[in-house]
Amino acid sequence: MLFSLNFTLPPIFFTNLSPQSKPFWNVPLHWRLKAKNQTSHVPKSPLCWTAEQELIQQGKGENSVEEEEEKVFHLGLEDQTLPLGLRREAMPRHVAVIMDGNRRWARLRDLPVGSGYEAGVRSLRKIVELCCQWGVKVLTVFAFSSENWFRPKVEVEFLMSLFDRGMQEDTGSFLRDNIRVSVIGDLAKLPETLQELIINLEEATKSNTRFHLIVAVSYSGHYDVVQACQRLAMKAKCGLIEPSDINESLVEQELETKCTEFPYPDLLIRTGGEFRISNFMLWQLAYAELFFAQSLWPDFGEVELLKALVAFQQRRRRYGNAPAKFKALEVACVEF
Amino acid sequence: MEKDGINKPARVLWRLGYFLRELIVSTLSVGPIPTHVAFIMDGNRRYGKQQHLNQGGGHVAGYLALKLMVLYCRELGIKYVTAYAFSIDNFKRSPEEVRCIMDLMVEKIEQELSQVDNTFSRMGVRVHFSGKLELLSQPAMDAVKRLMAATAGNSKALLTICFAYTSTDEIVHAVQETCRRKLAPDQIEGKGNYVVKVEDIEKHLYMAVAPEPDIIIRTSGGHRLSNFMLWQSSNTCLITFSQLWPAMSCWHLVWAVLKFQRNYYYLEKKKKQM
Repeated sequence: MLFSLNFTLPPIFFTNLSPQSKPFWNVPLHWRLKAKNQTSHVPKSPLCWTAEQELIQQGKGENSVEEEEEKVFHLGLEDQTLPLGLRREAMPRHVAVIMDGNRRWARLRDLPVGSGYEAGVRSLRKIVELCCQWGVKVLTVFAFSSENWFRPKVEVEFLMSLFDRGMQEDTGSFLRDNIRVSVIGDLAKLPETLQELIINLEEATKSNTRFHLIVAVSYSGHYDVVQACQRLAMKAKCGLIEPSDINESLVEQELETKCTEFPYPDLLIRTGGEFRISNFMLWQLAYAELFFAQSLWPDFGEVELLKALVAFQQRRRRYGNAPAKFKALEVACVEF
Repeated sequence: MEKDGINKPARVLWRLGYFLRELIVSTLSVGPIPTHVAFIMDGNRRYGKQQHLNQGGGHVAGYLALKLMVLYCRELGIKYVTAYAFSIDNFKRSPEEVRCIMDLMVEKIEQELSQVDNTFSRMGVRVHFSGKLELLSQPAMDAVKRLMAATAGNSKALLTICFAYTSTDEIVHAVQETCRRKLAPDQIEGKGNYVVKVEDIEKHLYMAVAPEPDIIIRTSGGHRLSNFMLWQSSNTCLITFSQLWPAMSCWHLVWAVLKFQRNYYYLEKKKKQM
């Protein structure tokens, strides 16, 4: 079950500007983060006036620059079931994935596009298994966007049949592994047989508790908010609420992600090297950490997922508040 | 020798820099230039600590950086610039810090308005504040309204400062307005009356004054949107720099534009397919 948002793209020759680009096996036990030594592709030049120079000119910035507040990360006791570098208490509870790059993967190997999608399905199965093992509670995957309906009809039909086949083949393993499956999106646009299959699968797995897989099909962030607004408008029309009563909590209750205990992703991973959200879960990604991976989705495996999770655990999340002491912040990350 | 408080070497350097930037702009203009660039101005407090500035010094530096960035955007021909200055979540900070930021904003606006020709008018930039402005204190609200009125006649570019803003609040406000309009007595025309569309929400957003951003730049190495322009950023190129906001230079902007140009034709092709 998957899709690709990918269209033809010129070759990638820029590297990721992210400063957090260390390979996962190179994570030291005691790591100091120095802001001024972080990766930067942009040189400083005296010919371009900056605020820093303005301050110096005004006689305010004459003191030497000292290091930024040190962020010292101590790795906790290693869990035997987790790879080196991951801490179970800091695992994201909800991970969202934009599975981009299937068609490019197939083209690079001179394979038909369908092979790319099928390779993507195998990759998805692997990632679901790893997320289960490593303590992630919810995984949302962007399988088919509202905008993908504009693709060639043959491709869309192939994808629908792939969803159909995938759901039928994996129903047994979902039940066996105690995985709950939900499908979000404008399902009315899907073929009726697929809609029925989805309803049956959701019903059969609704009491599973170990892991929640949410598949976004015919979904977009704009659609999600619009349908929530539509529901609230109907409630207001019926006199159940006033327009002035509408707040963030009411909107959240009407979004499609209300099916899960943790509707807000902590981490969004996008494969394929693009730096966009592409209309995926716009409301829910308000405070999510974004990780853009260069590898294509069928190549995204354990190593790449580990990189993403290690990078997530090394980031400080403040949610707009004043910075807390590190330990308190770590606890706050877990609580969120 | 000093003129206007600036010594000669600095003036020569500034003119040389201006000439070099003109060359860069001419080169970049061969390709598409973004219409709208948004900045998440992160790192002012850290910068203030690094430079041992007084309380609020980091934010002063951030304000200077914003003015310079608006100037560079004007030179590049970017018509819309948006800056995320203060989030609704930032009200949870210590009251002293919040008061300091509000006082700083009022002070800087007064400083601008006290000049015959303020910086923004000289650049032809209209200033607009987006957000839940009713959360501001009365002096801050008055200062904001006066600055917006003073620059209302400028038309070369629009600087939108998101103050007391979060995207979720913006969407809630738009949803409320949409519901009110749908329920208004004069809207009852037929059974299509209560159908909500994307356009209904978009016209009630605070950021309806500007098109969707082409680039969102975040400083200080953060890889998140922090509740900024979530609705509008569906196809926006997201770029992160590790430098703190006050240390941003025009070279960062040039790099961001180059990255935008690299993806531009692919995105245009995608839009045509829709």
